[in-house]
Amino acid sequence: MAGIVGYGAFIPRNRIKAEEIARQWGKDPAAIRRGLMLEEKSVPGLDEDTITISVEAGRAALERAGIDPRLVGALYIGSESHPYAVKPSGTVVAEALGLGPDLHVADFEFACKAGTEAMFVALSLVESGRVQYAMGIGADTSQGAPNDALEYSASAGGAAYLFGTQHVLVQVVETYSYTTDTPDFWRREGEFYPRHTGRFTGEPAYFKHVTAATRAILERTGLKPADFRYAVFHMPNGKFPLSVGVDLGFTKKQLETGWIVSTMGNTYSGSSPTGLAAILDVADPDDLILITSFGSGAGSDSFVLRATEHLPERRGRAPTVRSMLDGRRRYLTYGQYATYRGKILLNE
Amino acid sequence: MPSPRYRREVPARYRLEAGRCAGCGAVVYPARRICPACRGERFEPMTLSRRGTVVTSTVIHVAPAEFQMEAPYAMAVIETPEGGRLMVQVADCDPNDVAPGMEVALEFRRIRKEGKGGILCYGHKAVPARQGPAGRRDA
Amino acid sequence: MREVAIVSAGMTPFGELWQHSLKDLFVEAALEALRRAEADTVDAVYVGNMSGGQFVGQEHLGPLLADHLGLRGVPITRVESACASGGVALRSAFLEVASGMSDLVLAAGVEKMNDGGDVTNVLATAADQEAEVYHGITFPGLYAMIARAHMATHGTTLEDLAAVSVKNHRHGALNPKAQFRQEVTLEQVMASSLVADPLRLLHCSPVSDGAAAVLLCPLERASEFTDRPVEIRASGLATSSMALAERRDPAFLDAVSLSASRAYHMAGLGPADIDVAEVHDCFSIAEICVLEALCFAERGRGGEAARTGETALGGRLPVNPSGGLKSKGHPVGATGIAQVIEIFEQLRGEAGERQVKDAAVGLTQNMGGSGGSSVVHIFERG
Repeated sequence: MAGIVGYGAFIPRNRIKAEEIARQWGKDPAAIRRGLMLEEKSVPGLDEDTITISVEAGRAALERAGIDPRLVGALYIGSESHPYAVKPSGTVVAEALGLGPDLHVADFEFACKAGTEAMFVALSLVESGRVQYAMGIGADTSQGAPNDALEYSASAGGAAYLFGTQHVLVQVVETYSYTTDTPDFWRREGEFYPRHTGRFTGEPAYFKHVTAATRAILERTGLKPADFRYAVFHMPNGKFPLSVGVDLGFTKKQLETGWIVSTMGNTYSGSSPTGLAAILDVADPDDLILITSFGSGAGSDSFVLRATEHLPERRGRAPTVRSMLDGRRRYLTYGQYATYRGKILLNE
Repeated sequence: MPSPRYRREVPARYRLEAGRCAGCGAVVYPARRICPACRGERFEPMTLSRRGTVVTSTVIHVAPAEFQMEAPYAMAVIETPEGGRLMVQVADCDPNDVAPGMEVALEFRRIRKEGKGGILCYGHKAVPARQGPAGRRDA
Repeated sequence: MREVAIVSAGMTPFGELWQHSLKDLFVEAALEALRRAEADTVDAVYVGNMSGGQFVGQEHLGPLLADHLGLRGVPITRVESACASGGVALRSAFLEVASGMSDLVLAAGVEKMNDGGDVTNVLATAADQEAEVYHGITFPGLYAMIARAHMATHGTTLEDLAAVSVKNHRHGALNPKAQFRQEVTLEQVMASSLVADPLRLLHCSPVSDGAAAVLLCPLERASEFTDRPVEIRASGLATSSMALAERRDPAFLDAVSLSASRAYHMAGLGPADIDVAEVHDCFSIAEICVLEALCFAERGRGGEAARTGETALGGRLPVNPSGGLKSKGHPVGATGIAQVIEIFEQLRGEAGERQVKDAAVGLTQNMGGSGGSSVVHIFERG
């Protein structure tokens, strides 16, 4: 059975507190923190982007897998902030990881679920037998418009998953994808910030697709929420994933390990994949794990995973998500944040 | 940055590919044809470890145009465990904290942008290193 | 090889010379050297210039400058070794006369830096593009790393660095051709803005326009042009690794040391024989490191020299009586020749208020990049 043979994550070390952003726009910091359930978020440096985050996450995945990089037959990067409009992030990441040149590479985009898409395709390629190993990465450095709700949550980070059939750390039991055309959040070519539709992004978009995908995968597998040790959902803010999780029948205890958004923010295509990595950092053999992503536009990918006995022996080879969230970090002022995020007009 | 030159430099920049002189053992980074120590021409391919120690450093306050937004930034000469030497920026710390003997890790970063429309140029920067308990690497 | 003398010199002031183009500067300096010797023409010209192409868009300087000097047809070679271009031009001219190939050869240097080019980026082409410049280093940054290494290894202090600038400004105040003719205090140097830690604005030589030229001929013909020739006793040129990272000890300038020992050997002289020197103080730390490499100071103790007054006018061994690069200015390609002109005037007793008493033997040291190339010449009163 195919599964995850290596995984890794990377979160930049800069942070900005929600209250600092609130003060900038004259909003009540306490109300913002309560309403969105967000304390702080990660901020990419001027020298960081989806490519650099993917490389560091990918390196960690390869270290945990312990395989020769040249055996990887495919690499997919899912993001909504690929550094180039035309030229794949995947080629830079592939060369940096020492993959190829006998390699298939593609970039994916599906708002916040491009990461799990990349994972789905990588997994399927391995299951089909066409390649021995394939990697799917979800990473983002997405933008939130100034003085908009998304500015509190849009953050940077990502996770990489290497799929194979030998020495599997986490089996993939089942997958399910659910997709409709629902324009809840989008960005046209040439626009700097995405646009969203306020409350329409909630029930008809996020909740509908996450719920549909999760219920369908539970039905397919015949499993109930109580059978799972952990569950992680896409985290656009602190409230939504807890809300949908509880509605679906999961407990706070099942949700808390993957719920890293309050100090990481929403890393878009990296959101649920990084939450999953936080779970894999501590899961025990035989634990069942559910992950359901959400991408605006809209769709959800759901996976049912089972940790194997190999997971504990390999995971110490690379940094944990918690160590990146709780470890050395640097708090920025709004001015520094605006500089890093290119929100200050410059002559080029 | 012309693309042909950029393409040639990818192995050294992205993967820290170097050469160990088969004659005298000197580590040469980036790889080159003639060993600067013994003038030998046979090398074993190798890659530098992604960690090292600061040999000397400075903090750039008056920066070239392309790096102005990042100033002030620290730059350092780093020596890797196998004896390779390279000069890189030091990121993710107060630039004034960089000092000789500091242990660093080498992380993949975007080094430069060619304006609004040119290519993006990648490579490595040093960041302060830290070892977790029981040898596990923490970030 | 024949013995070679310098018989004449010409130099523009150094500074921001907005009214003058690169051609104008060269012609002014070259013409002065020729007129003073009453020489009608020359057999050959060597002109040092680092970056005509990048500063003013002009390469192929040889024929252009010969043409504008009124010497169409004369063989002229443009010499480039970054900031050592002038010194290497002198060496080339010296060899052409010494070999017997030519009798009258002009060695010149010129740089026009203030026409709007991106000076930081152009100067950075003297560093290693692949290993250093790509990552964001600047020229001051390289010397700042050298300074920190020297301070960490030998205990050199920020005051030692500042003392070099103070000394050189005091000398430059006496030089009518200097870019900066005012003194600076230690406090002013230490409080000036940071360029690359620990180097501050007043530790760094300025951006300048200027040109300089000297006329060489065989010693046996010198009396045709002057009654006070100055003989070139030696020329030593050496190189070192381009990338600072590859030098085992970043605080030691091995190219300078090697070029000096070659020159001392050729002249049959040693550091104790030198009465006056012009060295390459592109940044104050450079003068400190160069003193050690020239064996004017023990390894690690170069910082004491300016602080104690040893290298000031009136001291044991005056260094940079012209004001050095710091106060006189540093039009890159011209600097090496300007250093030679100071020693020429010193050895002829024509240095006015800057005169070193009884100077008979002088030395110039001119360096490219972060010490990748160095050229040393030794001169003796004729």
